[in-house]
Amino acid sequence: MPTPSKYWREIPQRYRLEAGRCTKCGYVAFPPRLVCPACGNREFAPTKLAETGALLTYTIVRVAPGAFEDEAPYAVGIAELDGGVKLTAQVVDCDFADLKVGMRVKLEFRKMSEDGPAGVIYYGYKFVKE
Amino acid sequence: MRDVAIVGVGMTKWGELWEKSLRTIFVETALLALDDAGVDHIDSMIVGCMSSGLFTGQEHLGSLLSDYLGKNPVPAARVESACSSGGLALRQGFSEVASGMSDIVLVGGVEKMTDVTGCEATYALGTAADQEYEGYHGLTFPALYAMMAVAHMHKYGTTREQLAMVAVKNHDNGSKNPLAQFPFKISVNAVLNSVLVADPLRILDCSPITDGAAAVILCPAEMAGKFKKPAVRIAGSGQATDTIALSSRKDLCWIESTRVAAQKALAMAGRTIDDMHLFEVHDCFTIAEIMITEALGLVPKGRGGKAVEEGLTAIGGKYPVNPSGGLKAKGHPVGATGVAQAVEVVKQLRGEAGARQIKGAGRGLTQNMGGTGGSSVVHVLEAM
Repeated sequence: MPTPSKYWREIPQRYRLEAGRCTKCGYVAFPPRLVCPACGNREFAPTKLAETGALLTYTIVRVAPGAFEDEAPYAVGIAELDGGVKLTAQVVDCDFADLKVGMRVKLEFRKMSEDGPAGVIYYGYKFVKE
Repeated sequence: MRDVAIVGVGMTKWGELWEKSLRTIFVETALLALDDAGVDHIDSMIVGCMSSGLFTGQEHLGSLLSDYLGKNPVPAARVESACSSGGLALRQGFSEVASGMSDIVLVGGVEKMTDVTGCEATYALGTAADQEYEGYHGLTFPALYAMMAVAHMHKYGTTREQLAMVAVKNHDNGSKNPLAQFPFKISVNAVLNSVLVADPLRILDCSPITDGAAAVILCPAEMAGKFKKPAVRIAGSGQATDTIALSSRKDLCWIESTRVAAQKALAMAGRTIDDMHLFEVHDCFTIAEIMITEALGLVPKGRGGKAVEEGLTAIGGKYPVNPSGGLKAKGHPVGATGVAQAVEVVKQLRGEAGARQIKGAGRGLTQNMGGTGGSSVVHVLEAM
């Protein structure tokens, strides 16, 4: 079981969608980075991801890793958010038959998984139909 | 840089080898390579292995395996680049001989994957993806490749049947490889009716969990005449990296690291892709082979599905891809795969490939890939 710090330090991204905008070229890094992959600049201004976007691709996970075994089958996808950032997350509250490329989605704050009955409960963002 | 030759190869039967440990599998294979070259002395060894720690609880493989091979105190290093660890080991061995640091180098790859349950193996393989921003959300490798497949099908009209045809072709080839984990043919219908893993990928679209190893012996090309078997020159070596998070890629339907690595390897060899007579590539999933044939430049973007349908990539086609059976039929012990690709090309160039022999093969290319294309290693091999 990992120590809570491994989870805790990612909270600004996972709870509040905090990202970094490159002060030189405008590239939005999520999660935040120290070096801009587009222009090499090292300065970023804090920004927040758009909460809506459209699915670029998706799948339904039928064979899940340990922590998600009880949840399978579940849908996951990559969406391009309205600000241009691409993000991977589960797609929930949606019939599998409705999934399609281009489907409008919005991000919601949801429970992800937990480390047993006494461990950390993990939260984060998931896509739902807009 | 000195020219580098492969003068010995070794591979044992792959599969679920319950009775054999990682060290036994590796040593058996390394001995075959040493005997094939007719050499006993080595100056150094490099071992490719993705995750012996998660699969068996064992790290420190360089020393462990040199000990069990009876080669202490030779220098030995283990290298890792996810599923391209074997290809990277070959590249590191190549660098060591080319630089003049060592003369005779044993390059091996090994993975012992069945000491853990399927669920734990899925987790271990998943560590090659971005653990915090893909794994955290319940993504698996089949899921990531499935999303590449959905994007490719949407953009280019690649069909479900074309994906299946990759598996059918590679099983056809693998049925002629006695060392393959699954040396038998399958039908398109069998693929389409197999159990779903991550839509649209089914279990027969996926490479299996495999125990296995492969090894080659390298030396300077000028020494190659001293050994028993015809030597094969490593004419080119290329490696490239990309983001490991699939979502960070510019194009979800394109494997840029493979394009760059292939270009580098071909430039070093002074060859073009059309000079190659066979290709051993990283078909960890059926969609991967389709995207790799595009990234290597065998077919234009989006035409990889059509290529397999038209028989372009079959033995006897214009570009024979995975005559060994590929990862799909031969098996995919992740750290061993990249080395085994070189073993197959050497056998083909020596004319030792039996029923799957590509007639007159003089040059071949290997492409080994980590994650969803976060790393690619390409080698160009030529008969001497």
